[in-house]
Amino acid sequence: MADLNKLGLAGARDALRAGEITSVALTDACLGAIEGAGALNAFVHHTPEIARAQAAAADARIKAGDAPAMCGLPIGIKDLFCTRGVPSQAGSRILEGFLPEYESTITQNLFDAGAVMLGKLNMDEFAMGSSNETSVYGNAVNPWRRGNDDAALTPGGSSGGSASAVAADLCLAATGTDTGGSIRQPAAFTGITGIKPTYGRCSRWGVVAFASSLDQAGPMTKSVRDAAIMLEAMCSHDPRDSTSADLPVPNFEAMLTGDIKGKKIGIPKEYRMEGMPDEIETLWTRGREMLADAGAGIVDISLPHTKYALPAYYVIAPAEASSNLARYDGVRYGHRARLDQGDGITEMYEKTRAEGFGAEVQRRVMIGTYVLSAGFYDAYYNRARKVRTLIKKDFEDVFAQGVDAILTPATPSAAFGLGEASDDPVEMYLNDIFTVTVNMAGLPGIAVPAGTDANGLPLGLQLIGRPWEEGDLLNTAYALEARAGFVAKPVKWW
Amino acid sequence: MSIDESTAARVAKLARIRVEPDRLPALAAEFNTILGFIEQLSEVDVEGVEPMTSVTPQRLKRRADEVTDGNQQVAVLANAPDAREGFFAVPKVVE
Repeated sequence: MADLNKLGLAGARDALRAGEITSVALTDACLGAIEGAGALNAFVHHTPEIARAQAAAADARIKAGDAPAMCGLPIGIKDLFCTRGVPSQAGSRILEGFLPEYESTITQNLFDAGAVMLGKLNMDEFAMGSSNETSVYGNAVNPWRRGNDDAALTPGGSSGGSASAVAADLCLAATGTDTGGSIRQPAAFTGITGIKPTYGRCSRWGVVAFASSLDQAGPMTKSVRDAAIMLEAMCSHDPRDSTSADLPVPNFEAMLTGDIKGKKIGIPKEYRMEGMPDEIETLWTRGREMLADAGAGIVDISLPHTKYALPAYYVIAPAEASSNLARYDGVRYGHRARLDQGDGITEMYEKTRAEGFGAEVQRRVMIGTYVLSAGFYDAYYNRARKVRTLIKKDFEDVFAQGVDAILTPATPSAAFGLGEASDDPVEMYLNDIFTVTVNMAGLPGIAVPAGTDANGLPLGLQLIGRPWEEGDLLNTAYALEARAGFVAKPVKWW
Repeated sequence: MSIDESTAARVAKLARIRVEPDRLPALAAEFNTILGFIEQLSEVDVEGVEPMTSVTPQRLKRRADEVTDGNQQVAVLANAPDAREGFFAVPKVVE
């Protein structure tokens, strides 16, 4: 079998179990693809020795008839996940040299399920960004280009390396994390599938914290079926994360029947933004038609506080970040600035954090500090938390009306050029306009590739589901995927 | 509410991030752009609305009050930029 790295999780799993291929061969194909893809800057820490050892062990397990869900499947891990003895920097200079003494619950779950780790993937620093341009490793690059134009495009962010690696077939799938859209936006920009589960479905233990009330991990994959397989392997109740849900994890893959007859799909009128490109509007209309064709009922709904989700997010997320990132003090791990004669502990903190954090992280930590400071806490932080209550209630109201899922565009545009975005931070924040509501309400959301723009770049649609009903959401996404028939791949230039 | 340079300097100090004085005007301008964007929240009627504390309704689990972990001094210190004699080392804190 040629080009094993081009397989998805389900295809490779079946071929492994049938004895048609070995994990060692599959892993070598991926390692070879990674070696030839330096131009994408997706993998930033390579772990071929670990991968080959895990692959050999997986082959032995398969031979012995003990092949769990991810057995022998090579994946990439976002740099935000702590992996024992392997650099885990969250894309930041301040964690340079940090080698975790422990394994994140999610990577442990994946390894227990037999997964093979190829290395760590590029990302925006501390997951703060929508273009992977805030990374200490430099930009990750989208394997897609605008026709014959060789301008480098962003793979999106913050899980940009994950998206680029999966789209370019460097790995079969990857982990991502999503605080305001960081799985779904890069998935849409690179023509892959990405799901953010319900808040609490995946343990946050060992995942470097950005905004703890919003952060969730999820899989980034080549198909909806692959997302179902990998999500199930990632989820678990974890006593080490007090917000982790003590609920049974269903067999998501078994729920993919493609039958969505009688389901009610809501179309929120507030997501029709002024100045939205026609291509996005058209894609959204086609998505409605596809779901209607599958037998679902389409209803217009209203989520009246949508407009305020992004500004509320830019209070809550920086506030939590300023608190979470207080731990980077140059004392316990990571970078410490070189001190001058007479410098005390305050200078150590200030110099370490000025050197260790990039511009966007500094900006958000300081905004968070400001909105939490005496005199502004009520006006900004408490008000934003009240608005968050209203945003969640908007969703609860439509679900109470019997809506099963909500269809929206995933992003307001296709992938843009690296360096093309303006210097205005707020303009960059608008990338998350369709995705951030889902984090604010703690809901599951999935981006599915559904078409291309005039330049041949992928565009995605987003489906939002009821809390804890990822299985039903994946099934709706499966029906949409089947009708969208998105099979385009980037033309290899790297 | 507009942020001036001295407020920007105070916020940087509170956040323990050194900002050179010549960077302060640009930083204050960035803060004002972001806060201007956030200002929209004042349009929302939040009268009687509870601030969200937990996005999913759940009670925090309780467990017996007993030691479940520990004795990991070597692991805890393994990544310290400066560790000596079993402790984290920092510049002198008290005179």
